Amino acid sequence: MSKPCKIEVTGVSKIFRRNGKDVEALAQTNLAVQEGHFACIIGPSGCGKSTLFNIIAGLLPPTTGDVTIDGKSIVCKAGTVGYMLQKDLLLPWRTILDNIILGLEIRGVPRSQAVERALPLMEKYGLKGFDSHYPNELSGGMRQRAALLRTLLYDRDIMLLDEPFGALDAQTRLSMQNWLLEIWRDFGKTILFVTHDIDEAVYLSDDVFVFSPRPGHVQAKIHVPIERPRQSEDLTTPRFMELKHHLLELLSAGQAPAEEIC
Amino acid sequence: MAAINQETCCAARPAKRKPAEQANEKTTRSLEAYDGEFQEKRRKRHVLTGRILVAVFLFGGWELFTRIGWMDSYYWSCPSRILSTAWVQLTRGTLLRDIAYTSGSTVIGFITGTLTGALLGLSFWWSKTYARISEPFIIILNALPKLALGPVLVILFGIGFFSKAVLAFLMTVVTSAISAYGGVKSVDPALETLMVSLGAKRRQVFSKVVVPWSMPWIISSLRINIALALAGSIVGEFISSEQGVGRMIIYAGTILDINLVWVGVFVLSILSMLMYWGVLLLEKWLSKRLAIISS
Repeated sequence: MSKPCKIEVTGVSKIFRRNGKDVEALAQTNLAVQEGHFACIIGPSGCGKSTLFNIIAGLLPPTTGDVTIDGKSIVCKAGTVGYMLQKDLLLPWRTILDNIILGLEIRGVPRSQAVERALPLMEKYGLKGFDSHYPNELSGGMRQRAALLRTLLYDRDIMLLDEPFGALDAQTRLSMQNWLLEIWRDFGKTILFVTHDIDEAVYLSDDVFVFSPRPGHVQAKIHVPIERPRQSEDLTTPRFMELKHHLLELLSAGQAPAEEIC
Repeated sequence: MAAINQETCCAARPAKRKPAEQANEKTTRSLEAYDGEFQEKRRKRHVLTGRILVAVFLFGGWELFTRIGWMDSYYWSCPSRILSTAWVQLTRGTLLRDIAYTSGSTVIGFITGTLTGALLGLSFWWSKTYARISEPFIIILNALPKLALGPVLVILFGIGFFSKAVLAFLMTVVTSAISAYGGVKSVDPALETLMVSLGAKRRQVFSKVVVPWSMPWIISSLRINIALALAGSIVGEFISSEQGVGRMIIYAGTILDINLVWVGVFVLSILSMLMYWGVLLLEKWLSKRLAIISS
């Protein structure tokens, strides 16, 4: 496809030094996501997915390679993408509302303006009436919603989500996935999503990047041709199963031939 | 601190459900509930009577034994004489002024010491090198018996109010610094990562995460500090002073006025209890104010 890519990772590798030995966490990773697309990264644990995210988020310098957004390098520039880490990381001494507007507060937006923007979002996306609650009064799913709204309100075109639903039970997970798809549809963000769960990857994304075991690199890119909006019934269609099977094979084989569909 | 908050939180929730439950089982359980309440009331009454009895026994025994000569009243004094001496000191003597003097230097030393210590401890977040360089010196300062510095301080700052406040300050500053540093070291690094990913500068990470995170640690040092500050003030007065309850005790000792020594001891214990109570209120207020919920 000739459409320009929103975010492009080219030749990024990362070598850590531990106990005097070089450990290669990422090897020559290339990936590109078009504007407004939902892309998942899936791979065995310890394949460097989180390292890649930290590099894209500007928290870590890559050993080689470049990361660009709209053609501009963002290496080591923290704050250019919205980043949601694995844990919800809500500040326990702040109310949910004050947690959600944290990003705006850091940027210097006056509180009243920030609240004005946050409240309708909270109302629309299932946190109505929780604004003056503290994080420890909320369930895991609610806390993840709050954390995601915080990332959303930080208002960057690209959102990195690192296994946000990893700690939730299956039912909450499914409703959170639908909730996330709704937000993605409403805001048209470009999303990069890390997961261990093949179902989750196929259900959510347009493209799935399969990572190899350490040192991680993109081993295959799978396009998911299921129409949107997707429903939970899609999880059991033959086409879904076929894709899932394909991904499973890729993951378990590890060395399976790379498949490039772009 | 955090644990206590959580307990109260948990305790508060079932309490809300209570009225409904009670309404349901009102008829069957009313007698039992009445019994429980009755027993609790009775226990409270017993505890109170017991406490009064023990107090009466202690002070009454003290009074009695000194009167019949089983205890030498020259050394032990007796409650009635202590009371009358206290009354004389309050109405005609300098006791009130002395109390104000001692509590003044204690409170000033406590506040400045705790604040400085907390700021010092928090400052260690800014640079690991700086923190590591300072660590052994803080430990040495903590091990150093600050009271032994009293004579030096009196020489340096004179026999007035200031040297007592400085001693109280020295007593509190290190504990407070160590507590705050403990808080700083325990900050979840993931929270710092989050703040950086939201584009926060170090100053913002410090004020929005490090300081509130460390508050429970700082607050937990308050109770110890108030007692330490009082000890510092009193020892400062022991060494040399013109006013204060500590000076009164030393003075009474040198002129062998045992009654007055006892007055001083009781005044100090009451002062210490009042200050402790004040700190408890301060703790409560701070915790509520900063909305420190268990994390």
